[in-house]
Amino acid sequence: MAEIELRHIEKSYGETAVVKDVSLSIRDGEFLTLVGPSGCGKSTLLRIIAGLEAQDSGEVVVAGRCVDDKRPKERDVAMVFQSYALYPHLSVFDNVALPLRTRRLSFAQRLPFVGRALPGRGGIEKAIRAEVEQAASMLDIAHLLHRKPGQLSGGQRQRVALGRAMVRHPAVFLMDEPLSNLDAKLRVQMRAEIIALHRRLGVTFVYVTHDQAEAMTMSDRVAVMTAGELLQVGQPEQLYRDPQDLRVAEMIGSPKINVVSCDHWMSLGASLPPGVDGNTTHLAFRPEAVGIAAPGDRRLNGVVTSVENLGSDIFLNVALADGCGAVVVRTHPDVSRSEPGRPVGLQIDPACLLQFDGAGMRLRQADQVEAAA
Amino acid sequence: MIARFPDRRFAGRVARHAILILTAAFALLPFVWMVSLSLKPPEEIFQADFHLWPTAFHGVENYRVALTAAPMFRFLLNGLLVCTAIFALQLLVCIPCAYALAKLRFRGRDTLFSAVLVGLLLPPQALAIPHFVLLNVFGLLDSYAALILPWVISTFGIFLLRQFFRSIPDEIIHAARLDGLGEFEIIWRIMIPMTTPALAAFGIFSIVAHWNDLFWPLIAVRSAEISTPALGILLFRDDEAGQFLGPLMAGAVIIVAPLLVAFLIAQRRFIDGLAVTTMK
Repeated sequence: MAEIELRHIEKSYGETAVVKDVSLSIRDGEFLTLVGPSGCGKSTLLRIIAGLEAQDSGEVVVAGRCVDDKRPKERDVAMVFQSYALYPHLSVFDNVALPLRTRRLSFAQRLPFVGRALPGRGGIEKAIRAEVEQAASMLDIAHLLHRKPGQLSGGQRQRVALGRAMVRHPAVFLMDEPLSNLDAKLRVQMRAEIIALHRRLGVTFVYVTHDQAEAMTMSDRVAVMTAGELLQVGQPEQLYRDPQDLRVAEMIGSPKINVVSCDHWMSLGASLPPGVDGNTTHLAFRPEAVGIAAPGDRRLNGVVTSVENLGSDIFLNVALADGCGAVVVRTHPDVSRSEPGRPVGLQIDPACLLQFDGAGMRLRQADQVEAAA
Repeated sequence: MIARFPDRRFAGRVARHAILILTAAFALLPFVWMVSLSLKPPEEIFQADFHLWPTAFHGVENYRVALTAAPMFRFLLNGLLVCTAIFALQLLVCIPCAYALAKLRFRGRDTLFSAVLVGLLLPPQALAIPHFVLLNVFGLLDSYAALILPWVISTFGIFLLRQFFRSIPDEIIHAARLDGLGEFEIIWRIMIPMTTPALAAFGIFSIVAHWNDLFWPLIAVRSAEISTPALGILLFRDDEAGQFLGPLMAGAVIIVAPLLVAFLIAQRRFIDGLAVTTMK
């Protein structure tokens, strides 16, 4: 059992605040992803949970126990780093065995030179060997145990890093962009393996990434951070369909959500959809909420600038008139064939229209408030 | 491209090698001369014409005198003892210092590092008198301690190792802390093995400097029993006649030889060590 509770965490480096009053509870056994642009404080938050950095104020509670005065090794957390952080001078076996050795061997047994000769060490080493081999065969790296990290490929190093983290059965796994050094194909494969690992181990995973696709596909819940602030926490589909903040809406989903300001909307001669709040300054809609229609009087009109055919979908980039921005439209290949230069009208599903005020906060219509509740 | 300018490439190569040979010869000449003199009889040393190889081979006699007239082995042993002790104690001080300055965050760290840099600027000779007075107060003059203690804290070593330690990614140290290693264990198990080239480089600097040092032993030590090689060799100096120039040179060859051997061994470690750290 290891739920994590962050209470009003603050952290700044000199003048710059990197984490601003973040409170977050992570359930036991949950896969939670912290997602945000680089420099948003998500890695710092992860290192604060691990105990590698001290927060300026606030509390970290793991499994009901405040761990603020605990050192990293006493927190029962394991971490996988972006650069894997394997020890280059040790073999794969020694890399994976190190956390077990530091925990099981006594201080005297760990001393240089003399420790090797002390009684009792042989038996412990034997048990460690068995466990390392078990973890290695689970991750399919058993044949690499005698190699040095420098002789491994990126994917293999990633597995070794995972092995080193899981071999001591921590209550919490922290992962700091573990896949960003891998190529695209391997990344997708490792994604699936990490999900499977989470399912098999059943412990709490906190995963940091800047890749919203990783966040969406892997997590039970996603926490979106920007500039040190926690914007919203929710299930991936909830963040996608029901973002509370314009920044969340823009970060989640690919291609990005379309945002058109009300001023532009009106200057283009289109009438605002019914039910738009008086405080609304921006209207946003997903590419799949737009349809292509004939250019018309009271709707948004534009010109197709490019066509991206992905096979299953076609994305049309439509430039609005008078430099009022561009809109991406997702269409089915069978439905429409458009070529660049064609003037089109945009038909937007009013039910999928999201309204945001000047500060970027979501404004809900009455029926949406009900639905959200 | 290569085929089109073969002449120019060849000329460049010749020029490059010519320059290298010239500078190498320039650096080697004193050593060659030393070896040459150590093999010659006294008459030949002062002859006007110069032969690289002596016409009358006097090497055996010179080396026998060098080894027997003074306790040469004693000097070499002293040198070994003093240099090892200095280097070992330097590492004991430098490595934790360098680690703290490179990887730990604490108040006043940058000021401390500036102090190290200032220490780097001070010539060791400037400290000779304070050191002498201090050792005198503690009654340690004319002892091994007098030869060793003033050199235990090497600002150069702290500086050099700090630069190397900084190049080790923080993530490795974070991983080590999460794996349960204490700070001293991180130093022993992670930092030292990952920076062997730096340690070897520092070792060469330190050992060469103290093996060859004449200035400080001349001040701190008087008894022949604890003389270092450089100091011991002075015994061959004879102002009246040049009689002992041959044995002097033979003695010089004898004290330089261990350094050359040590360097060749360390050079091998250099390459091994570099191969480890370049792995990413």
